[in-house]
Amino acid sequence: MIRFDHVSVLYSGSAAPVLRDVDLEIEEGELCLVVGRTGAGKSTLLGAVNGLVPHFTGGTLAGRVTVDGRDTADHPPRELADVVGVVGQDPLAGFVTDTVEEELAYAMEQLALPPDVMRKRVEETLDLLGLADLRHRALAELSGGQQQRVAIGSVLTAHPRVLVLDEPTSALDPTAAEEVLAAITRLVHDLGVTVLLAEHRLERVVQYADRVLHLPGDGTVADGAPADVFRGATVAPPVVDLGRLAHWDPLPLSVRDARRAAAGLRETLSGLPVPPVRPDVPARAPLLSATGVTVRYGDVIAVRAVDLDLLPGQITALMGRNGAGKSSLLWALHGAGPRHGGTVRHTPRTDEPAPPPAGVPRRAGGSRGLLRRRTPAAAQAGEVALVPQTPTDLLYLETVGAELAQADRESAAAPDTARGILDRLAPGIPGDSHPRDLSEGQRLCLVLAVQLTSAPRVVLLDEPTRGLDYQAKRALTGIVAGLAAEGRSVVISTHDVEFAATCADRVVVMADGDVVADGPTAAVIVASPAFAPQTAKILAPLPYLTVAQVEQALATAGAGQ
Amino acid sequence: MTASGRRLPRALHPAAWWLWAIGMATAVSRTTNPLLLALVLAVLGLVVTERRTEAPWARGFRYYLGMALAVVAIRVVFRCVFASGITPADHIMFRLPHIPTPSWYAGIQLGGPVSLEATLSAATDGLRLACLLCCIGAANTLANPKRALRVLPGALYELGVAVTVSLSVAPQLVESVQRVNRARRLRRAPATGMRALRSVVIPVLEDALERSLHLAAAMDSRGYGRAGTATRASRRTTAALMLAGMLGLCTGMYGLLDGTTPRALGLPALAAGSLLCCAGLALGGRRVRRTSYRPDPWRLPEWTVALGGCAAAVLLFWTAGYDAGDLDPSLYPLRWPSLPLLPAGAILLAGAAAFAAPPPPVRAGASAAAPPAPQPAPAPAPPTAHEAAL
Repeated sequence: MIRFDHVSVLYSGSAAPVLRDVDLEIEEGELCLVVGRTGAGKSTLLGAVNGLVPHFTGGTLAGRVTVDGRDTADHPPRELADVVGVVGQDPLAGFVTDTVEEELAYAMEQLALPPDVMRKRVEETLDLLGLADLRHRALAELSGGQQQRVAIGSVLTAHPRVLVLDEPTSALDPTAAEEVLAAITRLVHDLGVTVLLAEHRLERVVQYADRVLHLPGDGTVADGAPADVFRGATVAPPVVDLGRLAHWDPLPLSVRDARRAAAGLRETLSGLPVPPVRPDVPARAPLLSATGVTVRYGDVIAVRAVDLDLLPGQITALMGRNGAGKSSLLWALHGAGPRHGGTVRHTPRTDEPAPPPAGVPRRAGGSRGLLRRRTPAAAQAGEVALVPQTPTDLLYLETVGAELAQADRESAAAPDTARGILDRLAPGIPGDSHPRDLSEGQRLCLVLAVQLTSAPRVVLLDEPTRGLDYQAKRALTGIVAGLAAEGRSVVISTHDVEFAATCADRVVVMADGDVVADGPTAAVIVASPAFAPQTAKILAPLPYLTVAQVEQALATAGAGQ
Repeated sequence: MTASGRRLPRALHPAAWWLWAIGMATAVSRTTNPLLLALVLAVLGLVVTERRTEAPWARGFRYYLGMALAVVAIRVVFRCVFASGITPADHIMFRLPHIPTPSWYAGIQLGGPVSLEATLSAATDGLRLACLLCCIGAANTLANPKRALRVLPGALYELGVAVTVSLSVAPQLVESVQRVNRARRLRRAPATGMRALRSVVIPVLEDALERSLHLAAAMDSRGYGRAGTATRASRRTTAALMLAGMLGLCTGMYGLLDGTTPRALGLPALAAGSLLCCAGLALGGRRVRRTSYRPDPWRLPEWTVALGGCAAAVLLFWTAGYDAGDLDPSLYPLRWPSLPLLPAGAILLAGAAAFAAPPPPVRAGASAAAPPAPQPAPAPAPPTAHEAAL
């Protein structure tokens, strides 16, 4: 179906090729998973399938890519639209029309299909992806999962033989991601579509893959059955990490298989003490205590009378589905977002006079000028820092160095304070590079450094794990642990259970504006089957959350013998 | 045909609304009779209230009305202040203080007497312009702009797509500005002055650029702009045909609308121009190969509405059967204008569009943000896709 014949891709301005002499053949009806670190060339590989690389992106492609017998050198992407369907990360960015039905028909209109055929295919696709109720809805009003299903549907109506999906679930919450992945597996099994899928959160998809293409980062592609490839892959889900640790053969890819293989491991571990994920936080006076915080948008109550104490040295994970009020709560705690009720009180630092309490509820829709200059008292004093969901919104200068210098000036800190912080978070980012050229993780670190320059005692991170690969997440875990060790309180809103399990002391779950659960990570996360991390599912009833814990337990047991 | 209770609601073909509105506008441009103009306004109002949908663009007619009012007011105020066009026979209503102008500026008089005749003439002139504006407003309100763009001939397809895309990108841009502006406040000392503008504009522009690249890639991989059959020679011929055609159209329009030019310049030039344009569009359209999903049908109601509008235009242009002077009543001597029956009838006939067009579709849940207004007529069951396609 898809053939790569000695393919190399070199972008202008870069020294090393992204892909080097890749030889591949993907059969019809396969679900092929593309894995690798950020920047390893996953998107390039996927883009080459329908000719976006190099027709659209530029660069030089040597060798030959053929899809269904058509050479991409002679066929630009538009001439391959009837063979290859491409779905990107952000569905909203790719929509051309504004209602579901018109979007589904768009590709067919371009292919000049007769109206009666279009009508029939639109109805079929609406049913296939469960979109029939949404047919007249505006695309912008749909939830993320629905949007992504529409995006998939809009390429399916052209009846492509190949479906290319570049991280289709990275912007979605777990439920929406399940929805989309269920739709994709159904397509593979029912229609025999060949699917090429890149995905960061492997724990969700590994068990469905027929085949894995692993890009180690040096331009080569390793290709094989999932169980073989993951033995040495640079990225792996926890279930694979655990399998590697315990030397299981064949390597299990699903929780079910791992649980069967884990009987012996559970027995070994049952007699051992469980090492904690993180050292205990000594109970001290809270840095910030919020009582009855309420946020409203019109008639919708986003946050309903939430009480929250943030202790020094504690890492709190804020979880819940999209629209549960996580972001609104973080913004209200920071003070830059609206708060319609309740108080947020900061405990004064011991070495300076007490700041005025920020206890006066603010009214909604006050002065909403374009360039409003009001900054809340506590944030002004540098007590609370917030890194927003799209960190790049904060950056507006041409170089990393200029941004850092600006941060020093804003906080009246000594020169190079911000630079020092950045070098601690992510060493080796050159000062003259453009912020947009950094990787997702580096950009996050840059914004975090800018925000940390004022030495805040409370750090709020709004969905920092979006688009981060396993290594970047591990680095973030280290950074966050470092911040907590300095006596700060950190709150991270996230959808990523595995991440929360490795880094948080405490988990707060929100739903519909309320806090529905608040407690130590192990207690909250393990109690719910939906939230439990893979390690917990495999080793239940033993209270293990992470692979690192298992490793540590085995190591201490080994040392003891 | 006018028994609206039994007809299935559907959207009228946007081209029918536009033809109707252009016909009305043409009729309006031929007259300054305030009675006829008021009649046109009334008809527009009736049709818009009867046949507009609940879509966002359909709420815009009041803004056009406001703009029309402003046009009349500005015209009257200017005429008063600059005190032009006053003859000795005029009735002077009052005098504004005269502001002497320097000698090199003598052509223009500021202040002075304000005459009834000059003010009335300004008001009727303004009213005509206002009516023209409202005709366009009515078309915009009644016809879905995106569907209207879809009926553009193939040669203009790219233009239509550009407009459609920019329409859907605009709200995203607003959202982007709000998000960045909100994020700005997270910095310790948010920038001020020019720097503040920059701190909003740069992230928003970067965002927009990134998004447009995404969109372009998505459109490309979904088959936008697949090659048709166009050679270099045919492209040149198309351009030449279009250019000549446009020239003909402009000349013809001018001849037609300005009563003082010789009649011979009007229709023949218009006809030749439109012929050339059609040929150019047909030739250019050949390179775009696409079909459209659920095309709007053109049936009896479309014919009725479009012909009603055109009839009004033709009757006011063809000054037969009534006194042409009634279209442009003289202010000397000053008297109440008379209402010519035939043009009034023609305008009322065009107003029948309010009942000739099928009722607009009611879509529950078409817009979650704005709950649909209660329907006065006993609306039949919400249209299923099946009905709407009929």
